[in-house]
This record gives sequence, structure tokens and C-alpha cells, in this order.
Amino acid sequence: MNEFTLTMAIRKRNEKGQSAFIPYMMAGDGGLDMLHERISFLEEAGADAIEIGIPFSDPVADGEVIQEAGSRALKRGVTLRKVMSELQAQLHSIPLVVMTYLNPVLAYGVSEFVEDCKRAGVKGLIIPDLPHEERGLLSDALIGKDIALVPLISLTSSLERIEKNARKAEGFVYAVTVNGITGVRSSFASDLMDHLTVLKGVSNVPVLAGFGISTPEQVRHFSSIADGVIVGSAIVTAFHEENLEKIQSLIEASRTAVSQ
Amino acid sequence: MIQTVEGKGRYGRFGGQYVPETLMGALSELEEAHDSALADQEFIEQLNGYLKDFVGRENPLYFAERLTEAAGGARIYLKREDLNHTGAHKINNALGQALLAKRMGKRKIVAETGAGQHGVATATACALLGLECVVFMGKEDIRRQELNVFRMELLGTRVESVDKGAGTLKDAVNEALRYWVAHVEDTHYILGSALGPHPFPKIVRDFQQVIGQETKRQIVEKEGRLPDAVVACIGGGSNAIGMFHPFVEDENVALYGVEAAGGGISTGQHAAAIAEAKEGVLHGAYMYVLQDEDGFIQEAHSISAGLDYPAVGPEHCHLHDIGRVHYTSVTDAEALEGVQLLAQKEGIIPALESAHAIHFAFGLAKEMHPDEILVVCLSGRGDKDVQTVRDALGGGVQ
Ligand SMILES: Cc1ncc(COP(=O)(O)O)c(C=O)c1O
Repeated sequence: MNEFTLTMAIRKRNEKGQSAFIPYMMAGDGGLDMLHERISFLEEAGADAIEIGIPFSDPVADGEVIQEAGSRALKRGVTLRKVMSELQAQLHSIPLVVMTYLNPVLAYGVSEFVEDCKRAGVKGLIIPDLPHEERGLLSDALIGKDIALVPLISLTSSLERIEKNARKAEGFVYAVTVNGITGVRSSFASDLMDHLTVLKGVSNVPVLAGFGISTPEQVRHFSSIADGVIVGSAIVTAFHEENLEKIQSLIEASRTAVSQ
Repeated sequence: MIQTVEGKGRYGRFGGQYVPETLMGALSELEEAHDSALADQEFIEQLNGYLKDFVGRENPLYFAERLTEAAGGARIYLKREDLNHTGAHKINNALGQALLAKRMGKRKIVAETGAGQHGVATATACALLGLECVVFMGKEDIRRQELNVFRMELLGTRVESVDKGAGTLKDAVNEALRYWVAHVEDTHYILGSALGPHPFPKIVRDFQQVIGQETKRQIVEKEGRLPDAVVACIGGGSNAIGMFHPFVEDENVALYGVEAAGGGISTGQHAAAIAEAKEGVLHGAYMYVLQDEDGFIQEAHSISAGLDYPAVGPEHCHLHDIGRVHYTSVTDAEALEGVQLLAQKEGIIPALESAHAIHFAFGLAKEMHPDEILVVCLSGRGDKDVQTVRDALGGGVQ
């Protein structure tokens, strides 16, 4: 079986002895017409893939920063449909990963959504309210489409569950580094290292750390122990405040990390 | 035999567990704890002891003679959940789950509340059992149910205001879920209705079905047979599922669930998710959900805060699909008539939620034969709503 494009993009970075960096951005925050510009900016700044967040009315897995960015996008009338058609209008070579809650996908129609993802060059999906057990809802439609259904694996999962989910992971394993929602954190649990080590041991795909990683120091730390990091709230804030150097410094931090 | 399917927490195609991975461990722990608690005679005796001596069960099944006369049809009985301690059926579930939390070694509780009834019931159960409690409540609901906020605080609970969205029940559930995700290791989430991811709809039903079990026994004592019809209001569906469940297999008993039609279904300002018939996922379960064409969840509208939720629990969705329960709806204006009707005919001021059931049942009784029997679940008392009702009636009784 060929590896997913998404997985290969991460491995390519890892082969250079570096950790991958995947920024998250909220589609439509600042206006949908900014979407392509921001994707291109992130690509040029050195991102290995980009997570495109879709605004939702009830984002239960998100903290304040992303909730607010989502509300701003919703006020501009941004929907999953509008984002998908915007993405189809201009293709990018960097792999895009769409992060959306499940209900907009159901309203769109699963097979139509998957077709549109394919046309838009989407290489992965993250659906925070679709746990392993319910994947069947989407996984059939995704067969042969080179669109990875990326699982979130959390600190609270039992070892048994971690192993089961990590073994079947597509694209990469999204290791949730905090008990909680997205957002900015100052500290992480002490057993996090063990958790990541177990994950790397059982997973056939790269293991990326995400949730709560927001400073260059945190990026450097997690880049040294995981195959990559995902940074959300800090990127969303930087775009909102038009502080693009902040984004560059986060990516740089990941490049200078020394793997352990 | 009519039975709901329960493999993997499914009711037909409804239900399931659509939650962040962080909660999956807690849900399976909860499922195991609940199953083992129900199989443990000691737990059942403890629960029944509290239900009897603390809640005041069993509560009466009351023959509403003057209401029956006024309708001129079926004999109307009221199941008096309004006489429970804290004034509604919510305490049955809150107490059961608080005991369950304690059994799991979780001493912290989070809950959401709309009308404040579930919040007060949870705060009460936590005070009783010495558990720490935080309740999330929408800003708009806090305004509508000011006194219930103070009640919770008196009981030692922290009430957190939620100003996101419309500041109602849906937003409070979102916030309670976020809190639970972040504190899942030492905190149990006491969900207040027959909603949410498996095993919540089942747990809530298990703790509420005492309503239907007592009713069944009481009506047989009084009338020597089962009723012809049973009516209950539907917010998320907990009082209704508790009342209906013991009757589901008695096919001669017609079951009616009453949703809130708010300003009228055609106005779009309502909470009648089954009437609207759009399916989707909210708060962890596949259900009928009010939503727009983009899959964004819409706000519900009802004069009664306890019915102001944009979905209906998964088991009800299934009971609708298989045609076992008839779902209908009653508007704000009709519910207000229901409040006055019951107050003036029986000397009972019902909760606005329950008044929806009363209004529909009164109309139904008229169509029925005087030999027939109709039971209404009077889910709560109206003290909490007196201000709202007065405002809605323009300050005077019509
Ligand atoms: C008195 C009363 N009845 C009914 C309801 C509706 O909830 P459910 O449908 O879960 O019974 C509420 C909710 O707060 C309530 O307080």
C-alpha cells in the first residue's frame, strides 16, 4: 500500500533530522479572500502541511482563541461549503488537512464532501467529534482517495485504546498533549513523555503533538520528542494581530530543535 | 415485541458516541460503573432509601376530577413529579448519578442547566452527598431564572454564566462538556436529560423510569388496568422516557410526547426538533436536531427554559421512527393556557414545561371516551415560572 501524501510530507521533513511543523488556521477569519494568501505564506515560511479549521456553531473541543476566531468567521457567513469551493478555486502543493466538526459534513453529504476534498487537494481530515468507533461513517467514502482520516489520541486513553487506535492511524497520530480543549497552556502533565514514547512505539505513522503548544520554547521542546508539532491558537492569534514574525519564529523554533 | 436497539448505545440509527477522544475513556468507565451499580443490591437499596426519605417518593398518581369534568372525556390522572423534593423529576436522575459518581470515587461534579431545575437538583444531591459542584448556565437563562441561581448558590454550588451563543441550554452544555474534558480524571458530568453520548441516555432513563414504574402500579391499583394514553412533555426527553419506558411494550397504551412549538412551528421560533425532522449530531449523539442547511446548530425558542434545546434524545428519535410514540407540539400561548387551566381547575400551578403536556392532554381527553384513562406526567411545579407567566400575561390573569 502506498503511503498517504500527508505521511510522506512529514517523513520528508523527519528524514532531514528535523521535526515537522503543522500550523492551524481558521478559514475565513479575516475574510475568506485571505485564505489563499495565508496558505501561501505558511507554505513559504516552511510549514509541512496546513490544518484548515472550519468554523462551527458549537465547537466543543476548542478553547477561547479558536472559538473567537470561529465566531468572527461565522459572522462573515463562512461555511464548510464556501471554504471547499474557495479551496477548489486555487490548488496548493502543500498538503492541506481540513479540521471540521462532524455535523457540517453530514449536512454537506459525506460522499459529496469527500469528492470536493479530492478536487480541492485536501490530503487529510481531522474530525474531533468522530472517535475511532464511529469512523465507519466516513472511512468507506475515503477508500482510495489519498485523504487520511487522522485520529486524535489523548492522554486519558487507556494503553489498550492507544495501541488499537495508533495501529490503525492514517496520515499521522495527533497526540493530544493536554487533558482539555485547544488553547494556550503554561504547563503539561509530567507523564506526557511516557505517553509519547508509547505512541511512537506502536504507531506506523509519525506522531505529532498538539493542543496547548503556543510558545517557541514549547515548540522546541515538543519538536525534540515528537515527529512534529501542531500549533493552533498561537497561529490564529498571530494572523488576527497580523504579527507574521511570530509565526516565523514558531517555525524556526521547530527547525532548531535537537531530537532526543 | 417493540424494543429499542442498544448495541453500542444505538437506538435504531440514533445515539452513538460522537465525542472528543479525551472523553472516550470516561464514557466506558461510566458505562461499566453504571452496569455494576445496577447489579448491586446495596446500591439499589441506597438509591431507593434516598428516593423515599429524601425525595419523598413514591409521589401520588392523582385523579384530576375537575379537570376531567371540564374536558368531558377521558379520566385524567396526574403523576405528581412536582411534589418531589426540589419540585421536579430532575432530582431522580441527579441523585442517581451523584451516587454513581461517589461510587466511582469522583468527588467533583459538573452539570449544565437550562431552567435551573436540573442545576438545583444536582446542587441538592451534591450537598446531600458532600460532593463539590459547578453548574454552567446560559446568561439568558440566568436572567430568566434568577432565583434558581441563588438557590444553587445557597446549596453551596458554583454557578458559571455562559455568554456564548444565545446564552441558553445548548451553550451551557457546550461549556460543561469543555470543562469535563479538562477535568475528566476527578470529575463526573451529571447530564440532565436523556441526551448526550452513550451511556448517558440510558443512565438517565434508568434513573427516571421510576416515574413510569410507579405510575403503572398506581393506575392498576386505582383502576384495575393500564391507561389508554400517557402524555409527557419533551425537552431533551428525560421525564418522558422515564414515564414511557415501562409502557413501551404495552401496545394498547398510546404514548404522546409534547415538544415546544414556541411562537409556532411555521415561525421558525420553536424547539420542536422532531417536527422539524432534520437529523444530525449534537453533544455526542445522532438525533433530530434543529440546524440550518450548512449543519450549524440553530437556537431553540420556547417560553419554557427547560424545553429550550434544539434536539431530542436519541431514544425518542427512534420511538418516533418506529411509530411507537406520537410526537406533537404545543405553543407558548397554549402552554400559558395550560398553566391557568390546571391552576384554576385543580389548585396546582404547573411548571411551564409540564403545562405543554397539560394543554395537549386536555385536548386529547376531550376526544376520548369517559371510560378511557389518560395519565399526564406533571414533571414539575410552577413556582420557578410565576414571574415569567405574569410577564407573559401582561401582569394580569386572562
Ligand atoms: C419541570 C420540567 N419538566 C420538563 C423538563 C424538560 O426536560 P426533559 O425533557 O428532560 O424532561 C424540565 C427541564 O428543565 C423541567 O424543569
